[in-house]
Amino acid sequence: MWEFISERRASLAFDAYQHASLVLQCVLLATIIAVVVAALITRARQLEPVANAVSAIGLTMPSLALIGLLIPLSGLGTTTAVIAVTFYAVMPILRNAVVGFAQVDATLLESARGMGMSELRTLTRIRLPLAWPVILAGVRISTQMSMGVAAIAAYVIGPGMGKYIFTGLATDGGANSVNNAVVGTFGIVLIALLADGLLLLLGRLTISKGIRA
Amino acid sequence: MTTTEGAPEGTDREISGAELVLTDVVKKYPGQKTPAVESLSLTVPAGEIVMFIGPSGCGKTTSLKMINRLIEPTSGSITIDGKDIRQQDENELRRHIGYVIQGGSLFPHMTVEKNIGIVPKLLGWDADRISARVTDLLDLVGLEPGRYRGRYPRELSGGQQQRVGVARGLAADPPVILMDEPFGAVDPITRQRLQDELLSIQRELRKTIICVTHDIDEAIKLGDRILILKEGARIAQYDTPEAILGAPADDFVADFVGAGSSLKALSLARVSDLELRQPTTARVGESTAEVRERAEANGDTAVVVIDERGRPRGWPWVRQLKGETIVVPDLELNDVDERSTLNDALDTMLSSNHGAAIVTGDRGQYLGIVDFAAVTEQIRAMEEQAGG
Repeated sequence: MWEFISERRASLAFDAYQHASLVLQCVLLATIIAVVVAALITRARQLEPVANAVSAIGLTMPSLALIGLLIPLSGLGTTTAVIAVTFYAVMPILRNAVVGFAQVDATLLESARGMGMSELRTLTRIRLPLAWPVILAGVRISTQMSMGVAAIAAYVIGPGMGKYIFTGLATDGGANSVNNAVVGTFGIVLIALLADGLLLLLGRLTISKGIRA
Repeated sequence: MTTTEGAPEGTDREISGAELVLTDVVKKYPGQKTPAVESLSLTVPAGEIVMFIGPSGCGKTTSLKMINRLIEPTSGSITIDGKDIRQQDENELRRHIGYVIQGGSLFPHMTVEKNIGIVPKLLGWDADRISARVTDLLDLVGLEPGRYRGRYPRELSGGQQQRVGVARGLAADPPVILMDEPFGAVDPITRQRLQDELLSIQRELRKTIICVTHDIDEAIKLGDRILILKEGARIAQYDTPEAILGAPADDFVADFVGAGSSLKALSLARVSDLELRQPTTARVGESTAEVRERAEANGDTAVVVIDERGRPRGWPWVRQLKGETIVVPDLELNDVDERSTLNDALDTMLSSNHGAAIVTGDRGQYLGIVDFAAVTEQIRAMEEQAGG
């Protein structure tokens, strides 16, 4: 096993980096999308059931199936991987962002309005910072989930650690099949733990001391 | 608009408020038979406090919120200093009207300094100016700037949060301030203090203040005028507290003002009407022996300790004075503002073991003490006046 790893040190490190980079960029994109959509939903409450339905259906759709559906549209490669990972990453963040925005005390929003804050400013200065702990919790869930989805994206020749798992499964019984699958799986788990630690740190840095639990 | 920058201390008592006029203001919600506000016409003179009071659902809060356009009137006009509020951008308008609501409604993720600085920042003040303004305002509402500016709301008591709320409403020195049950969420003792402080601040700034309340005693105490509203924001009476207590317009007003009106007369007389006693005082840092000597010469058994900023800090008995120099006593102080009512003063005296209360003026400056004898003398004089 150690031999297997040390022989492939360079390519493993590169793939691990690619995996982390794919997930983090997709989650970042997903956070922006989710917050924008949630802000729109908070303005037009009648959209809330629609959003809930979409995110519920979205999460039940098997990722392999979605990737399969995407191939005719965006072909094989990174683009498809990014679309798939981002799609799943949006769901938990969107849910938390809708809940987080709804939890902001209405009297606070009225006093913001009463002081002459524009709607956009109220969103960025009041709503977002107050909902941020809940949104960030969604980002953590989303990141963990995306680590797994990104592995499956290797099916369409996306970047990352997924290819070791697929290689392992495809060469079942072969000399290095177990090594491949185990290295791929544990590598992803390791990256996931690291990412979660970083997000915790981000929370410490970005959640106001006045509302930290 | 006379927006003089943070009125210089103790000099002129210039009115920094503006006249507010409501003309035939109507608010009708779709689907409702009777309008929430039927037709309200009202003139609030510059620099006065007008208290809006009435049964719940009478439209007092609706009327208040129409002034800063949180609620848009269906018809009618509202002018501030002669300018129609509907001619202005609503956010711009609101930045020039103070807004204080129950509990302070501070933003929990911002420090005291950030909370107070919100409107100045919206108006584009630079950081130094905002910082100086925060210092001034915290001082004005009786919170030590160095100690409190960096705190978060959850690190403050209810009364302190409310003080910051008032400071935030005053931040950009607006000519008109709207208050919606500002002291409804605090205990009675804190409420009395906050009311005293508001009177003291108002004496200094002379803003036009509209304050909604459900407490008739608060209305009598704070209001230059009281607006008593019936359902649909119809005016039952709009007059000074003296006139409303002395000559209620109808049974509704008489009922509303309630029984014990003669006792309420105690709320009309102010501490400043009384002769204050001047007992021995001691400055923080003075030699204890000298103070003791002075107290003995004056025949006083207690001395009022005043700090370097002229604020009373304690009222220890002479025998309690220890050490070489006078220090700030570690005691809760019972003081009242000079604009406090006799009612409040009596209340405070009863809870003090001196049978008297310390009286303070602008920014908590020490003025003297008031005792039972002075109050009974005043009541006797008031009775004589009423009898003659």
